[in-house]
Amino acid sequence: MPSREGTYGLLAEFDTPSDLVRAARQARQDGWRRLDCYTPYPVEEAAEAIGFHRNKVPLLTLVGALMGLAAMFSLETWIATLAFPLNIGGRPLYSWPAFVVPAYEWTILWAGLSAAFGMLALNGLPSLYHPLFNAPNFRNGATTDKFFLCLEALDPKFDLVETKEYLEALHPVSVVEVEY
Amino acid sequence: MATREVKPGNPGIDPATGEFRVVGLGETFQSVTEKITRIVLTPHTPLGWLAVLGLGGGGATALLVAVTWLFFTGVGIWGITQPVAWGFAIINFVWWIGIGHAGTLISAILLLFKQTWRNSISRFAEAMTIFAVVCAGMFPILHVGRPWLGYWLFPYPNSMDLWPQFRSPLLWDVFAVSTYATISVVFWYIGMVPDLGTMRDRAQAPLAKFAYGILSLGWRGSVRHWMRYETASLLLAGLATPLVLSVHTVISFDFAVAVLPGWHTTIFPPYFVAGAIYSGFAMVLTLAIPLRKFYHLESMVTDRHMDNMGKVMLATGFIVAYGYGMEAFMAWYSASHWESFMFWNRMFGPMGWSYWMLILFNLVIPLTTLWSRKLRTNMSFMFFISIVVNIGMWFERFVIVVTSLYRDFLPSSWGTYRATRWDYMTFVGTMGLFTTLFLLFVRFLPMIPMNEIRMILPAAKIKAKAAVEAGD
Repeated sequence: MPSREGTYGLLAEFDTPSDLVRAARQARQDGWRRLDCYTPYPVEEAAEAIGFHRNKVPLLTLVGALMGLAAMFSLETWIATLAFPLNIGGRPLYSWPAFVVPAYEWTILWAGLSAAFGMLALNGLPSLYHPLFNAPNFRNGATTDKFFLCLEALDPKFDLVETKEYLEALHPVSVVEVEY
Repeated sequence: MATREVKPGNPGIDPATGEFRVVGLGETFQSVTEKITRIVLTPHTPLGWLAVLGLGGGGATALLVAVTWLFFTGVGIWGITQPVAWGFAIINFVWWIGIGHAGTLISAILLLFKQTWRNSISRFAEAMTIFAVVCAGMFPILHVGRPWLGYWLFPYPNSMDLWPQFRSPLLWDVFAVSTYATISVVFWYIGMVPDLGTMRDRAQAPLAKFAYGILSLGWRGSVRHWMRYETASLLLAGLATPLVLSVHTVISFDFAVAVLPGWHTTIFPPYFVAGAIYSGFAMVLTLAIPLRKFYHLESMVTDRHMDNMGKVMLATGFIVAYGYGMEAFMAWYSASHWESFMFWNRMFGPMGWSYWMLILFNLVIPLTTLWSRKLRTNMSFMFFISIVVNIGMWFERFVIVVTSLYRDFLPSSWGTYRATRWDYMTFVGTMGLFTTLFLLFVRFLPMIPMNEIRMILPAAKIKAKAAVEAGD
């Protein structure tokens, strides 16, 4: 667990996505690893810049899809052959083509739920509190029109004074300290 | 022909491409956010909104009355009887769920095809989907006669030791529609989370701050979150696409699997899906045209959207026309006495008027006029066409359900179908419910996805380092 008091990090504000991407690239190049960008819409280049290339959402979705498929198909098979066998026009009890449709729907259902809730879980959401919301300028812009780069105190390179100078050299609009 | 040659000097046209602009000239991150959040966050509720809510609420109340009386007395108050045991309930079910399909098409299929023009209409089209599915889902549940036993449709261990019969399309429907409703709600909500974060940050009233704060799940716009979010959105779109095609396919199986002339055809799945998209786009237009006028959203729902939606309707309209043609062709080519009688009876029997209404509203009026770009960008005309197609598609379902059933194999069992006042009241009631839900959505949630609009603004373009330094 990170400490719950003191400084969370330093937050630099930028006006344009291009400035943010440039600054984030620079920081990553200079060896920063505990850093994150905050943008009002997805900026793929910023994610690339901080070295975030892959995520596990597709894997979770695949697992969900296979679970849904297996669950419904085996339920149907069990019901039709063992739990409640019905003779319908002499057709075989294990009439698998008819089972495809509900199994298909459940594949999609479970895959979709895994994608959505898996994404939230990987993001650590819902988390209604976050230290960044303490920054005075964060909520004015992060969800509207401003672009932020945060260098976190957990990074071994972090030093309140030096890092602040470092960030200011990247020409942000402002640099503020974020407290827990 | 590029649009600029048609209308030179029109500010709505991008000179670089010659197409109508997707977002109006001069919109910025700030202005887009301001325009969309203001609709919701203003303490002032427009009178027009209240007036329409009054109408919609009246309709919803009528629905409540009709359904309450139905629960007291049973489905005998409806016009259904032998031989037409599937009356308004199934017609309205298919009509409503078809309307919902355009929402999924816009939000999922057009996302996969990278049609960024869809961004601004996707949210309310999805909302339309959900409310249409709510209205649709009510009909089969009411139609089962004892709705309080509706949960018997699902497989669950029970003291009767009974299990559902998985070889029936009617049971497939249960899974298709329930999955569709669930995935639509999830897709819609997940898509809204970042925008709810914007609402949280801009809300002034304590209750609004609290409500949007909870609903936004603490979204803070980290690019790591955004990347997972984008992956999840694409995956959900990829899943919703086969889902939406399967839902109306399964609904068409309800008919096509039955050995009944007029229903037992293989054209039904594609023809139902195309019809669903046709009517759904009509409903999107019915909603979008007054909305953009009333809330002054012309710079976000532009002529481009109207033009493109008109084109989609033209294309799907022709698939529907092909379906009608193929039905007629098969009635003749099958050389089946029953098939050809059914078709003759559909066109010239006592209910033949409904077939010609369908041809007029679905084919003759829209498919002759939607070719013209001038008409496609004329708002009054598009509104008119959208109503025409909605009516036409309702008649399509009426024709399929009623005219296939009322004169079947044995003349001694022929009958007719007349809807009762309760049928009409329930149908009009669902329109009221739909209107009410939609108005509440427009008032309390951001109806245009702000984050997706920001993505397509010129300011979102990442400039190369050299260009930035050159002050470009």
